[in-house]
Amino acid sequence: MNYTNLFKIALRAIAANKTRSFLTALGIIIGIASVITMLAVGQGTKQSIQANIAEMGSNMIMISPGADMRGGVRQEASSMETLKMSDYEAIKDECQYIKAISPMVSSSGQFIYGNENTPSTIYGVNQDYLEIRQIDVADGEIFTDAEIKTSAKVCILGQTVVDNLFPDGSDPIGKVVRFNSIPFRVIGVLKKKGYNSMGMDQDDLVLAPYTSVMKRILAQTYLNGIQCSAVTEGVTDKATEEICNILRRTHKLKDATETTEADEDDFTIRSQEELASMMNSTTDMLTILLGCVAGISLVVGGIGIMNIMYVSVTERTREIGLRMSVGARGIDILNQFLIEAVLLSVSGGLIGVALGIGASFSIKAFAHWPIAIQLWTIIMSFAVCTFTGVFFGWYPAKKAAQLDPIEALRYE
Amino acid sequence: MADDNKKVVIELQDVKREFLVGDETVHALRGVSFKIYEGEFVTIMGKSGSGKSTLLNQLGCLDTPTKGEYYLDGVSVRKMSKPQRAVLRNRKIGFIFQNYNLLPKTTSVENVELPLMYNTGISAKERRERAIAALQAVGLGDRLYHRSNQMSGGQMQRVAIARALVNNPAVILADEATGNLDTRTSFEILVLFQKLHAQGRTIIFVTHNPDIANYSSRNIMLRDGHVISDEYNKNIMSAAEGLSALPANTDE
Repeated sequence: MNYTNLFKIALRAIAANKTRSFLTALGIIIGIASVITMLAVGQGTKQSIQANIAEMGSNMIMISPGADMRGGVRQEASSMETLKMSDYEAIKDECQYIKAISPMVSSSGQFIYGNENTPSTIYGVNQDYLEIRQIDVADGEIFTDAEIKTSAKVCILGQTVVDNLFPDGSDPIGKVVRFNSIPFRVIGVLKKKGYNSMGMDQDDLVLAPYTSVMKRILAQTYLNGIQCSAVTEGVTDKATEEICNILRRTHKLKDATETTEADEDDFTIRSQEELASMMNSTTDMLTILLGCVAGISLVVGGIGIMNIMYVSVTERTREIGLRMSVGARGIDILNQFLIEAVLLSVSGGLIGVALGIGASFSIKAFAHWPIAIQLWTIIMSFAVCTFTGVFFGWYPAKKAAQLDPIEALRYE
Repeated sequence: MADDNKKVVIELQDVKREFLVGDETVHALRGVSFKIYEGEFVTIMGKSGSGKSTLLNQLGCLDTPTKGEYYLDGVSVRKMSKPQRAVLRNRKIGFIFQNYNLLPKTTSVENVELPLMYNTGISAKERRERAIAALQAVGLGDRLYHRSNQMSGGQMQRVAIARALVNNPAVILADEATGNLDTRTSFEILVLFQKLHAQGRTIIFVTHNPDIANYSSRNIMLRDGHVISDEYNKNIMSAAEGLSALPANTDE
């Protein structure tokens, strides 16, 4: 049997019954479109939740000087002078798992502007600090490298400080505030971040170049801490380990030998493990949820396709009998139905993909839900629905092809 | 009238067909033998249960005998596989059914083309030409592109007859071809059958309606799986005369 003829036969059969063909394809169209749309909304939600958690700084690593014992009394960590700028530079140069790093020095005191004043903390940092802490500048701008180099007396205020120093709502940028007795020019205001989960006001801070705070306020050469963020949450552990090795080397701490114990770390590295594990469990849960949604949609879509294919072949039993009586062999019948099923499934599949993507974007446009269409969802839904369509077009057709033509002709 | 010089189209030699229904063996055909020569118009008659449907399936190569031999146009059918019989049907047999069995919502010409679609030796152009010629032969030259759901029963049966003619078969098998039609239309179809007969076609017409035997050249009666009579019709009635004798528009 040549395939051009079979192709023609199949096309004629599709064209002769447009309603049935459309309904058959519709099963596949709806199956695919709904899976793609559901997964797009699901993936979008997942990504936006992930982004929200990441915004809390789940990949943040904090290095602080270790608390030493003096005469049996554990000292406060910030009193230690073990973290130097050279440590910061070594980590910055050598550690490959971090994407942002900032030295940190801090001092608490009273900020004064005109007749208003407020207690707050000034943090000496570099520009990376914004990325590490996931904070943004709302107005004005962050200080420049040149301002760090020259220990410029510039600062960026948090919203709480702004509210307290400028209760009349005037623009703080360009104004000069004093920290104790040292004047700082305000060059920016941070975006409001609110309270964190521990109830601490995250807007009650002032940022300044670390050089300015070290030289002009504290007159110290050591750092109170180093903060950095790992490339992703997943490599936080590796980054921590690497930083530990670098610091042990720069601090000349001895490793354990046969006769002596290893020197104790004179620094502490902390990461946001709680946040990271929350992130992982949330992501896992969302993945399972999405898997269920996709699975159920595919099963429902598949059953719909299966039914309509099965019914459409069954209702054509007489036609099959007729075709056999005029000389179609079983294989011709099977091939015809297979070609029909492939044509309907593939064209329905393509329409379904277009419709699914269209529906996802309309949801984004009208309901403002986050969506994310991933290639694998398109490929998977297309493959599963098309395969179901072809299989359930083929299977009853195979049974029909094995039918006795007498039986098929007599079928009511 | 049995002319031994004429070509034998169909030859049955003691054909038996048994079916197993549950534990019981049903003998549908208990040994049927006859020859049908080229150009005969044979009616096969019998009550329901007489085995005439089974015989028709045998003649149409839709089924094979349990015992005995069946030669269609000199070829033994009994040992043929299903696909081989399908090809044989495609080349040698034209079927006409009681309920027309046209493809739904399909034009006349495409319906008639159907048997030729399964014959790769015929080009698309020749296929179309032969389908149009067959439709003109049954008087439907003006309804080539009408769809099957836009036609009357008589017209649909004419399309079915054209479809049976299009592959130029050795034998035309009609199964109660007038069973669904009113008297006038039945006569019109019989006129057509007689015209085909006059052109030298071999026709086998299976029916339970005894009137039809008057218009055929030979009548075979079946009862309980046996041939009980096989007679040549010495006085073939003209269906055209019967048609003109009918009062006009009897059914309206």
